[in-house]
Amino acid sequence: MAITTATSPSTPKRSLWRRLPIVHQLSQSVGIQRGMLVTGLVLTALFVLTALLAPILAPYGYSQLRDESGGFGAQRPPSAEHLLGTTVGGYDVLSRVIWGAQTALSVVVVAVLLSIFAGVALGLVSGYFGGWLDRILVVVCDAIYAFPTLLLAIVMSIAISGGQSSLWGGIFAAAISITVVFIPQYFRVIRAETVRIKSEAYVESAKVVGTGNVRIMFRHVLRNATRTLPLIFTLNASEAILTLAGLGFLGFGIEPTSASEWGFDLNKALSDVSSGIWWTSVPVGLALVLAVLGMTLVGESLNDLADPRLRGRRAVAASSGTVAETSVVPGGSLTAGPGGLAGLENEGRS
Amino acid sequence: MTDVLQIRDLDVSFATDAGAVKAVDRVSLTVGPGEVVAIVGESGSGKTVTAKTILGLLPETATRSGAVLLRSKDGSSENDIVSVSKDRLRQIRGADVSMVFQEPSTALNPVYTVGWQIAEGLRAHDPKLSAKAARARAIDILTRVGIPEPEVRVDYYPHQFSGGQKQRVVIAMALVLDPGLIVADEPTTALDVTVQAEILDLLRRCRDEFGSSIVLITHNMGVVADLADRVVVMYQGEIVEEADVYSLFANPQNDYTKKLLAAVPRIGQKIEAAERKAPIARDAEPVVRAEKLQIEYPGRMGRPGFKAVDGVSFSIAPGEVLGLVGESGSGKTTIGRAIAGLTKVTGGSLRVLDSEMNGMKERAFRPKRSSIGFVFQDPASSFNPLLTITECVAEPLKVHRKDLDARAVSQRVGELLEAVQLPRSYGDRYPHELSGGQRQRASLARALALNPKLLVADEPTSALDVSVQARVLELFAELQAELGFAALFISHDLAVVDILADRIAVLYHGKLIEEGTGVEVLGAPKDPYTQRLLASLPVPDPIAQAERRRLLADLIAGNPPA
Amino acid sequence: MSKPASPRPRKGSGGSFWRYLVIRFLLIIPTVFILVTLVFILMRTTGDPITAALGDRLTAVELAERVAAAGYDRPIFVQYMEYLGQILTGDFGTTLSDNRPVLEVLLTYGAATLELAFYALIVAFAVGIPLGMVAAYFRDKTPDAILRIVAILFYATPVFFAGMLLKLIFSVWLKVLPVSGRGTTTTELEMQLLEGKTGIYLWDALRIGDPGILGDVLAHAVLPGLTLGLLTAGIFLRLVRTNVIGTLSTDYVDAGRSRGVREFRLVTKHAYRPALIPIITVIGLQIALLLGGAVLTETTFEWKGLGFQLAEYLQARDFVAVQGIVVLLAVIVALTNFIVDVIAALIDPRVRY
Repeated sequence: MAITTATSPSTPKRSLWRRLPIVHQLSQSVGIQRGMLVTGLVLTALFVLTALLAPILAPYGYSQLRDESGGFGAQRPPSAEHLLGTTVGGYDVLSRVIWGAQTALSVVVVAVLLSIFAGVALGLVSGYFGGWLDRILVVVCDAIYAFPTLLLAIVMSIAISGGQSSLWGGIFAAAISITVVFIPQYFRVIRAETVRIKSEAYVESAKVVGTGNVRIMFRHVLRNATRTLPLIFTLNASEAILTLAGLGFLGFGIEPTSASEWGFDLNKALSDVSSGIWWTSVPVGLALVLAVLGMTLVGESLNDLADPRLRGRRAVAASSGTVAETSVVPGGSLTAGPGGLAGLENEGRS
Repeated sequence: MTDVLQIRDLDVSFATDAGAVKAVDRVSLTVGPGEVVAIVGESGSGKTVTAKTILGLLPETATRSGAVLLRSKDGSSENDIVSVSKDRLRQIRGADVSMVFQEPSTALNPVYTVGWQIAEGLRAHDPKLSAKAARARAIDILTRVGIPEPEVRVDYYPHQFSGGQKQRVVIAMALVLDPGLIVADEPTTALDVTVQAEILDLLRRCRDEFGSSIVLITHNMGVVADLADRVVVMYQGEIVEEADVYSLFANPQNDYTKKLLAAVPRIGQKIEAAERKAPIARDAEPVVRAEKLQIEYPGRMGRPGFKAVDGVSFSIAPGEVLGLVGESGSGKTTIGRAIAGLTKVTGGSLRVLDSEMNGMKERAFRPKRSSIGFVFQDPASSFNPLLTITECVAEPLKVHRKDLDARAVSQRVGELLEAVQLPRSYGDRYPHELSGGQRQRASLARALALNPKLLVADEPTSALDVSVQARVLELFAELQAELGFAALFISHDLAVVDILADRIAVLYHGKLIEEGTGVEVLGAPKDPYTQRLLASLPVPDPIAQAERRRLLADLIAGNPPA
Repeated sequence: MSKPASPRPRKGSGGSFWRYLVIRFLLIIPTVFILVTLVFILMRTTGDPITAALGDRLTAVELAERVAAAGYDRPIFVQYMEYLGQILTGDFGTTLSDNRPVLEVLLTYGAATLELAFYALIVAFAVGIPLGMVAAYFRDKTPDAILRIVAILFYATPVFFAGMLLKLIFSVWLKVLPVSGRGTTTTELEMQLLEGKTGIYLWDALRIGDPGILGDVLAHAVLPGLTLGLLTAGIFLRLVRTNVIGTLSTDYVDAGRSRGVREFRLVTKHAYRPALIPIITVIGLQIALLLGGAVLTETTFEWKGLGFQLAEYLQARDFVAVQGIVVLLAVIVALTNFIVDVIAALIDPRVRY
């Protein structure tokens, strides 16, 4: 025991900075996993920056069809004025790509925030109290969870905006549609964590002491149950972008005059492909892939680091070595710091 | 040379986040033909790493130096495990050395029949072996390890066997290629004590009938006394003492060995703290009274429920310590949880501090909760990982003593930590920064925060090393003497219960089969199960243990187990 | 592989599997019921389908007449009960835009979607599972790193963009594969004329027996099959890798290793089979993803299946048809999940016995 405690990586005076999510994982990662995490973070940062700086970066507005020298013209190949050419509708492709990042980001932020709050609240209450409400919610959420997200998002956006892509409908309809689809996912994860934590000795010990339910829920369960959230958040953000693009591709996008949306543009570029016009689709598609890729890479790396079985070889070997030694004294140096995710069971969800 | 195994100057280090950690430090030992060598040590001693090195099962990041020379049984070849090629190592595994794992339920693949799994080992060394021949050999080896109806059982899946039978199958797998050496890593730790005795007998037969040498990795001194010929004591990666089993127990040389042997709880042992017990108020209203208590867990999806506790009656007087003993599945933990209101009572009556728990309403019972303390088995999970020790220990005060201000609370927490002999400064630490024993003491501090009338301790020391266990037991006895609370002390270990309890109750399959003082129950047990339980417990003395083994054999021959 | 143990008469509590089967089957009912109700409520929150489809083309009076004739002016609860009754008798309504029974639409176009899903699953299984095992075997080494990146790229790329890229490369630039559709006009004609046609072109082409037609059908299937298949393959790869790595660290694999079993066999037998149980369960959930992907793939390649038709009806704002197709897909998803869970239970001896 002395060996492991003496060299335990979790010293009491660990700086707050190192315990922050992401930062903690970054320092924890090794080799390929670190490469993946860093690539993902860079891509995600690029995506967010592009979205925020769109007004500065984009050469033209998203609905701009002409400038001082006249109309842009449709399906023009890349040129000095239009680095990536123009679309069939006569918009500048590069500008549409850049403005599209803004739409994607705002939808993702709204959707993920809404679904996190709803999903976490439902999952916590349902998992903690159990009973008939829990059973009903589980059946409902399982039913929705098993259903194609895209179809449900379509039905939702019909319900919200009647399928009309009005200015208001645009971002909000898409965001709410995605929210409804994702609530069951957060619900399932948080509920599962809550049920697991509920049977942990420290919650039972609080019960024996006579702590009230509200206090147990907030002080003991909530904070421990939400430790996996950064991970689900990133995995879901990428799924949200894909769902938004899918909706747009099927014609539930936002009209080109109210915002730029990648899926919608790809739909319009579908017929261009057959005639060999690549510049209307490839840049848009690549932007979409890179944005999704960035978040997926971050999510996957977090997932790997959270799962003791999947952490990089070096780290796994180290901990399994100490497992062998400290198996009789559980928790010696195995559990990560308070900000750590290690030890949380997370079966590879996708 | 004739030694089956010769380890010379073995060093093993692991790369970790915090740099290299040395797990094994210049270890040298030998195992002769037909010899049982026990490697004994507590957690962190490097015994398991040493065992894994013998089979070359260390993860890739471990760095090793030194030599591990392994001779085949017929003496035809000798290999250095540290330096052989991967392919040669594969050929050696199973044929020259094999392993028995700690947890039989995880060492067997759940989706293949045991026959298939035995045959896998055979086929790995003889790809031309026919399916029929492999099956015949599997049946043969199952017969030899004492599995009844081996022709039928060979096609069973692991979950169709009991825990003890699973361990027999694991041993059969280790024996099937007739290796010269078997490495048994804590082979009985996961088993109940009555099953442990059977498995120890089987391992002895491995040596006597198959002529295998055995390296026995264990922390249990009773097991060592029962089986080993020679003992190697390890501490912090080094060998501190090596001797034959008789001289080690009779005349230990090293200080650590002496401490280790002294810490092993023995039946009939008295510790000083437990002698000055708080007075028991036999005439007063008992703190806990169970009458025909029944607890049934509901069955899933329309199946009948499982009766964990079936018609149990007992009582605990103020100031009395009742020891509840039983093997896994006896219902002892369920009773403890029911007293604390964590599990619903489904029949009979259970009165705790004058409240009826059958049909209990949480709201009505909550004020009573301030008079009940609970210590959980697993120190790893009994504290919220996000709160400091002070915050955790202060939790009961925050709930029941709203009149106390922050200063009074922190004052009280400091006193409590000192009472359990933890420095006050530990209050600022997070649970994972404490060792298992320290956490269990903090757990005791939390349970005592409100001066409870009743303490329920559910296997509080079973996850601890034996030397740590001794300290915690002593502390428990001291605090009980000082504070005078009544306690229900739940354990599977008869010796531990005997040290602390005024009276002992023995549970078997949910029924209370014997109750009385320690002298009555352990001195002259009446129930045949208690007799067997007692006889199965190995004592840390090779001479006495040989005698007990004979007694147990007689007992089983006289009263065949149900 | 030689098996020492042939399947034997089952011993022990044999009733438990059948009990599981029945209970699991009964669970389909609430699932379908919830989805039908949810879709019904959502589709009606914005009004009746006739107004949605024709609202801007008819006068208010005409509209009111049409709405009343279709019964959409009755209380929503009455309509709901009626809808449930219709579904129970297999009546999914009649489309507004082309006035066909939804069930007929489903039967006509369902075959095409089934065929596409079949191709995609072949690609997914053939690519995803072996590569997943390879990645687990080479864990954290170069092949694993490459395979992981490939897998992530597969499922980070939206299917429609993947389809467009493949089209651009193989159909437009290299001109080796057709751009879209399920066959050339000649093939389509032959298919229409075939008696007792199943709508599954591969099957029908085999029955016609013309190698030219068969080749044409297969050539048309390559890109859509790959597009949808690679997405699923990426997910399978990740799933197999994760679960096999998980089981590789168990004691029983170490126990196999300690008996001298080869590393390759440890991965492909000892670790893979137990990992299969969670893998199959999650594969069941991927059916939903496959169907969602099919809608987009079909639109990209003008593959005239249910998804393509759904997109068409969406464009025409024909919500009766949309509702019918969505509800049918819900039933399909619930049924496949049931089958998948039963398969998982069959593999797991702990449930079987």
